Amino acid sequence: MRSYENFFRQNRLPHLWCPGCGNGIVMKAIVQAIEKNPDFNQDNTVIVSGIGCSSRASGYMDFDTLHTAHGRAIPFATGVKLANPALNVIVITGDGDCTAIGGNHFIHGCRRNVDLTVVLFNNNIYGMTGGQASPMTPLGKKATTAPYGSVDRPFDACKLAEAAGATYVARSTAFHVQHLIKTIEDGLNNRGFSFIEALVQCPTAYGRRNKMGDPAKMMAWMRDNAVMKNSWDKLPDDKKIGDKFPIGLFFKAESESYDESYKKVQEIAGGAAK
Amino acid sequence: MKSEFTLKLDRCKGCGICVSFCPKQVLALDTLGKVYVANHENCIACGQCELRCPDYAIFMDKVKKEAAK
Amino acid sequence: MSARLMQGNEAIAEGALKAGVRFFGGYPITPSTEIAESLAKMLPKVGGTFVQMEDEIASMGVILGASLAGKKVLTASSGPGISLKQELIGYAAAAEIPAVIVNVQRVGPSTGQPTAPSQGDVMQARWGTHGDHSIIVLSPWSVKEAFEIAVKAVNYAERFRTPVILLTDEIVGHLRENVELPTDIEVYPRRKPKISRAEGYQPFTPDQDLVPNVANFGEGYRIHVTGLIHDDTGFPSGSPKITREQIKRMHDKISRAEDEIIEVHQEFMDDAEFAVISFGGTARTAYEAVLNARKRGIKVGFVRLITIFPFADKIIRQISKNLRGILVAELNFGQIVYEVERAAQCPVKLCAKYDMTIFEPEEIEKSIDELILEVK
Ligand SMILES: Cc1ncc(C[n+]2csc(CCOP(=O)(O)OP(=O)(O)O)c2C)c(N)n1
Ligand code: SF4
Ligand code: SF4
Ligand code: SF4
Ligand SMILES: [Mg+2]
Repeated sequence: MRSYENFFRQNRLPHLWCPGCGNGIVMKAIVQAIEKNPDFNQDNTVIVSGIGCSSRASGYMDFDTLHTAHGRAIPFATGVKLANPALNVIVITGDGDCTAIGGNHFIHGCRRNVDLTVVLFNNNIYGMTGGQASPMTPLGKKATTAPYGSVDRPFDACKLAEAAGATYVARSTAFHVQHLIKTIEDGLNNRGFSFIEALVQCPTAYGRRNKMGDPAKMMAWMRDNAVMKNSWDKLPDDKKIGDKFPIGLFFKAESESYDESYKKVQEIAGGAAK
Repeated sequence: MKSEFTLKLDRCKGCGICVSFCPKQVLALDTLGKVYVANHENCIACGQCELRCPDYAIFMDKVKKEAAK
Repeated sequence: MSARLMQGNEAIAEGALKAGVRFFGGYPITPSTEIAESLAKMLPKVGGTFVQMEDEIASMGVILGASLAGKKVLTASSGPGISLKQELIGYAAAAEIPAVIVNVQRVGPSTGQPTAPSQGDVMQARWGTHGDHSIIVLSPWSVKEAFEIAVKAVNYAERFRTPVILLTDEIVGHLRENVELPTDIEVYPRRKPKISRAEGYQPFTPDQDLVPNVANFGEGYRIHVTGLIHDDTGFPSGSPKITREQIKRMHDKISRAEDEIIEVHQEFMDDAEFAVISFGGTARTAYEAVLNARKRGIKVGFVRLITIFPFADKIIRQISKNLRGILVAELNFGQIVYEVERAAQCPVKLCAKYDMTIFEPEEIEKSIDELILEVK
């Protein structure tokens, strides 16, 4: 048994995701990143998720785990962290969970800069409810609620996170496994609000409807279209076309986290030792 | 053989990701849609299959030179 | 301890703090804001945490996360904010997370009349979230009692691992009284697991009182918490039997302790032929009305619901047997009156008011007189 498998609740596997679903790849990358961090262990780390296919990950991970309500993972996680700053808190969320119903919590989470690591499993669709358009469904792509192709302009969640004040912002994909692990690892090390968008294939609710082929083809699409940030920045605008998109670290800043700042409030008020 | 496989077939959902990304066509799906090692001798122990399996169903260990007669 | 001039809302903050609350998450709204403002000042002095969230949904989420991480928690709001909190009040009921929610009622629906008192959220307090659930709702009538009820609310939340609604109103919230706060306070500690992980601990296995001893996060138990119907392990279950048993247990854990939880303040009931039932700020006026009526020789008693839910069915049924009629005075279009009608075995009349202003004693007295004529 691989060592990272200790971080799974073995009696709950196999997971309920569809054949070829990318969620399993990202969930494994998260535990492998945790494994590499000596400050994180199974008894001082809490996994908080919302509602969606992706948010079911918390149930498989052998930590204290909290499967909250749709869109609300970040507020719950904020409460866990502020109540006990010694805990490491990781949030697992979906594109709908994070940027639609949880959009307000997301931007305020970034702004507040509580020390959380948020991993968004972006499958460009509402997977759990059967393939409705999300705020991250690309223009022209089909969904059950966008049968003629979506005309609803999508968010770039990374730009949103950066603008809102997150102190670590990066993107990777289910194809770029080693890069994904490293990206999450660096996010865990950042003392503040870290945001990682992980592209995942959803063959069932997204790929099939958009004729993207089998799961492996969807991953090959990630391989062929993802451009590392350094190269992306050098690309002339007329080459940033089609399906091409950047991955890598987009933003990092040193800024005191809310939990550290609030300790100062307690000091000023005279309650720090209590 | 350069590699040794551990298959957890109860976990394999037959998605074909390992089959597709194997550079040497070592793996295949059987009639029940489960993975099996079809051409073990071609395996170069690159680990792509294990790396990408979303279901933690296939594990590949490199076999040390001396051991692999 | 010497007497202090204090507002109802401040007394709630003080009471919560004395009961061990160390975490508050909230969003400003009249007429509840003083609770947040008091705790923003007081909590960091005792090593606690105050956080202002982006809305009331987040305020509920943040306190539930904090509660699971081991802190006693409180939030406070009013009508529009309570409507937003409903989603996660249900989560707290389903996942059995201790939390106190203060509702300082104002006139609704919607934005209503932000600064005007009301008691229009009674049924929302009982039923305000989707699905079958039980809940405890308490309502004070004075500043001192606001303190005491805050302590009780925190204790019940912890003891039963349930959301508790402290249902007050603008009258009591903004009332200023000289109060001497009690010093010997009984505090119910956070429940603890009785066995270790190795011994087969399951977070939602009920104790003898039907309440589970859920471990706090970070204590090595590696528990799973979800709003899905779950079994004793905490993991989702699709079984009809588990669903039935869990929903029933979550009701039973509170209903079996009803006699302890339900508090009703009664006066002048020995010789009473009639009674006025009221609660919260309205009960102050009702009391005056009863005194005035008695001066006129009317045998009317005073009944005040301190515990609104679980409803005092048994008590109301019992007292109604000796009464010729009951008047229910409430600052709304008529809500608790239906509960009273259900329980009472005598005629019940409603004295309702919903025009921003509080009752005058004469209005209630007049209704008493009408009731007497009606039952003749
Ligand atoms: C308040 C609320 N509204 C709607 C739903 C129904 N619902 C469940 S999951 C989901 C969308 C999930 O999409 P996403 O967050 O992208 O996660 P995915 O399933 O794609 O991983 C919705 C709309 C819900 N559970 N709660
Ligand atoms: S519907 Fe999509 S996201 Fe959900 S489990 Fe299936 S493949 Fe994964
Ligand atoms: S990738 Fe994993 S689940 Fe998919 S076919 Fe291969 S072994 Fe089976
Ligand atoms: S190790 Fe590489 S060559 Fe061998 S089966 Fe796996 S993917 Fe194919
Ligand atoms: Mg999605």
